[in-house]
Amino acid sequence: MGSVLEQLINGLGTGSIYALIALGYTMVYGIAKMINFAHGDIIMVGAYVLYVTVTQFKLPVIAAVAITVTFCAVLGITIEKIAYKPLRKAPSLAVLITAIGMSFLLQSLALLIFNANPIAFKSIIDVQTVKLGNTTVSGVTLVTLIVTMICMITLSLFISKTKAGSAMRAVSEDKAAAQLMGINVNRTISMTFAIGSALAAVAGILFVCQYQSIKPTLGALPGIKAFVAAVLGGIGSVPGAMIGGVLLGVIESISKAYISSELTDAIVFGVLVLVLLVKPSGLLGKNRIEKV
Amino acid sequence: MAMLTIKDLNVYYGVIQAIKGISFEVNEGEVIALIGANGAGKTTILHTITGLITPKAGSIDFEGNDLVKIPAHKIVSLGMAHVPEGRRIFAELTVLENLKMGAYTRSDKKEMENTLEMIYKRFPRLKERKNQIAGTLSGGEQQMLAMGRALMSHPRIILMDEPSMGLSPLFVSEIFDIIREISESGTTVLLVEQNAKKALSIADRAYVLETGNIVLSGDAKELMNDDSVKKAYLGE
Repeated sequence: MGSVLEQLINGLGTGSIYALIALGYTMVYGIAKMINFAHGDIIMVGAYVLYVTVTQFKLPVIAAVAITVTFCAVLGITIEKIAYKPLRKAPSLAVLITAIGMSFLLQSLALLIFNANPIAFKSIIDVQTVKLGNTTVSGVTLVTLIVTMICMITLSLFISKTKAGSAMRAVSEDKAAAQLMGINVNRTISMTFAIGSALAAVAGILFVCQYQSIKPTLGALPGIKAFVAAVLGGIGSVPGAMIGGVLLGVIESISKAYISSELTDAIVFGVLVLVLLVKPSGLLGKNRIEKV
Repeated sequence: MAMLTIKDLNVYYGVIQAIKGISFEVNEGEVIALIGANGAGKTTILHTITGLITPKAGSIDFEGNDLVKIPAHKIVSLGMAHVPEGRRIFAELTVLENLKMGAYTRSDKKEMENTLEMIYKRFPRLKERKNQIAGTLSGGEQQMLAMGRALMSHPRIILMDEPSMGLSPLFVSEIFDIIREISESGTTVLLVEQNAKKALSIADRAYVLETGNIVLSGDAKELMNDDSVKKAYLGE
């Protein structure tokens, strides 16, 4: 067992992966007012695409990563178009069930193509472990921290500074008014799914580099944890998802090291229950008054 | 030919018919008022014109374009802006971001800056508060923002839905002065109002709506002196 600092850094590493995934949940919720339960499985698809491009096609890492991210972005758009868009005016329960069904579909397809046996995968991140005094940080964690930081800063700038980002915020507030401005709502929703899925792909890549094993249910646990992170931070809030994810990772890592590794998940969910008891809308959630 | 011609418009909410075969027209440069009680169908008509609602039957011709066949987000670039009921500003965006959303379809950056300056001149309060989150503005300021946002698209016709709703008398007068200015600067105005007195005072012509039908129409000044209008809408 390393130092507290080491546990903290490891927690930040896992947490920033959760945060990347949570961003997809929260952005899609903000704009389409739905929980996309198939979002976690995009991570798994990303992992398999990376595996195929790296080990089967022997592509260079950069190309493999680019293909993985693009593939997942297109998959996200496609899922929205065929499964969720026809249900835009349907009750939210119908959309929720469809999303769960989509999750099972993706897992079953992976099972069909790659079967249930886990595939060993050698990390594509080739960075030396860094040692600072008695604190060691693995290369994967270091790269994870840097990559997620870049993703989050880029995303924040995109949302706050660009025209497309403002349009996204406008659509998430009021679709009809956004249309009156000339904003194509369908295209904005597609863009949101693409960005969310691309981030999930990045998370998937970082995740398999960390755990070095791929199976069809790989996305389920990080998916649900990231969902918890999004709710913890306040679903619909972009900074909330980032904070929620990182916080979750740190709590997990600390409780694993100092309390009990068996109780980790219980502690994580306990924190969620506590936060929601005190602030039902999450840490940075808005108590928005519904318009009539 | 009229700038905007609505013909035999029929709109349903489920099985309930909200608009029952309405026809009317708006000529270039006019201020047209649609007046009538709550639930008469005024807002429904505006929503149908700008594509937020699809009518069951009828046509909406705007300078040769049949708006019924055009998706809502493509209408603003034809030169038609809509200030919706309840203002519907983007509360979490800043004042400036809201105004920029109004010019979303424009690509002429230089002229957009000019339009923005013009709007700041017309609404100095918006300039003072340009970096403020729009949701923190007062009701009257939000109405000004909604109007400024619509003007950012540099429309030839502007549809306004209950611009005086929920405002103090002082703001109501200010808003109507601004509508008059907008009209004088050459923009055609289609105004929906419950405040019939104010609306008729600035309109050229008006249509009186009752439960989805036009029951009266004509010159605004004449309508103001019509006994039935006086009794039903002007409280005299």
